Amino acid sequence: MSASLLQVRVWRGGATGAFRSYEVPRRESQTVLDVVTYIQRRLEPGLAYRFACRVGMCGSCAMTVNGVARWTCRTHVAKAVVHDTLEIAPLANLPVIRDLVTDMREFFDKWARAKGRFVPTATRRDDFAVVCPDRPERRAADAAIECIGCGVCYASCDVVRWNPAYLGPAALNRAWTLVNDVRDGDHRTRLAAVAGDAGCHACHTQMGCTERCPKEIAPTASIAGLKRATARAAVKGEL
Amino acid sequence: MNRAWRARNHPAYWAFLVHRLSGLALAVFLPAHFLVLGQALRGEAGLEGALRWTDSPLVKVAEIAIVVLLAAHLTGGVRMLALEFLPWRDWQKSLAALAAGATVLFGLAFALALVGGG
Ligand code: FES
Repeated sequence: MSASLLQVRVWRGGATGAFRSYEVPRRESQTVLDVVTYIQRRLEPGLAYRFACRVGMCGSCAMTVNGVARWTCRTHVAKAVVHDTLEIAPLANLPVIRDLVTDMREFFDKWARAKGRFVPTATRRDDFAVVCPDRPERRAADAAIECIGCGVCYASCDVVRWNPAYLGPAALNRAWTLVNDVRDGDHRTRLAAVAGDAGCHACHTQMGCTERCPKEIAPTASIAGLKRATARAAVKGEL
Repeated sequence: MNRAWRARNHPAYWAFLVHRLSGLALAVFLPAHFLVLGQALRGEAGLEGALRWTDSPLVKVAEIAIVVLLAAHLTGGVRMLALEFLPWRDWQKSLAALAAGATVLFGLAFALALVGGG
């Protein structure tokens, strides 16, 4: 801990706006969310931002901290601070509603467009499906399933920036978990949904998503899996 | 470090940039390359003239650069294939480093061959 005061610049406004500066006392083990909360409680009651769980489960607190998308409740100031300064902005690649709050609608609509919903093949009268934990499909799903929907990957992806229709790492990662779900009944529609121009083949393997994902998921691996699965389906004439 | 760059400053993004830029540079170079080779069609003298021009030191340096570009693009492509077709989790960074290493090796070997041969 070097200084007792942090210089914090926070985005105020919507799509147009400006950074405003605040001074926040430096504390031990302080998170970036602590800093934002301090500003809202003591200095700027009108500041809009989102959080809920504060323990890295809900995925609502992601912001751009000194240029990098991060989950703020689990990011220590010490990790993100540069010369005792924090610049906190809303997530990139999403419309800003106000201050640090973005409109996540498009982000989640893309999950739906990627057919991110489980399509059951059994009814409540059937017995539980037995899925062996060692199966390759189960392992592939496992590696990708812990997504909390925070949008950090989406904000860190240049392809999303270049091609607004691109489904993005999170939606494709979700599709991949379902492609590997042996209980799911609509693999074909899902593969068709992710095979288009805005789908997995648009990925340039820059791996910003994999680099930044706070849950250490590798959406790039999931997208590569979708590329193989869609190619295989195309060869078989199923797409 | 500027903000936009801070978000992108990681090995995979570097690998992407090198792959893309070397590809573009090669796309510019190839037409020139074929133009020179095309001289052969017009008889030996034309090609001889063009080849003599390639003896100048500046062109020699440019040749090394082109071999490095080719190596970068090739190893970058191999890295990409490995990423997309092999099962992987944690060795993708080593892969980028491997590609970079191989590129430097190619460039050095070619530079040595040029110096040794010339
Ligand atoms: S507040 Fe829930 S993940 Fe940060």
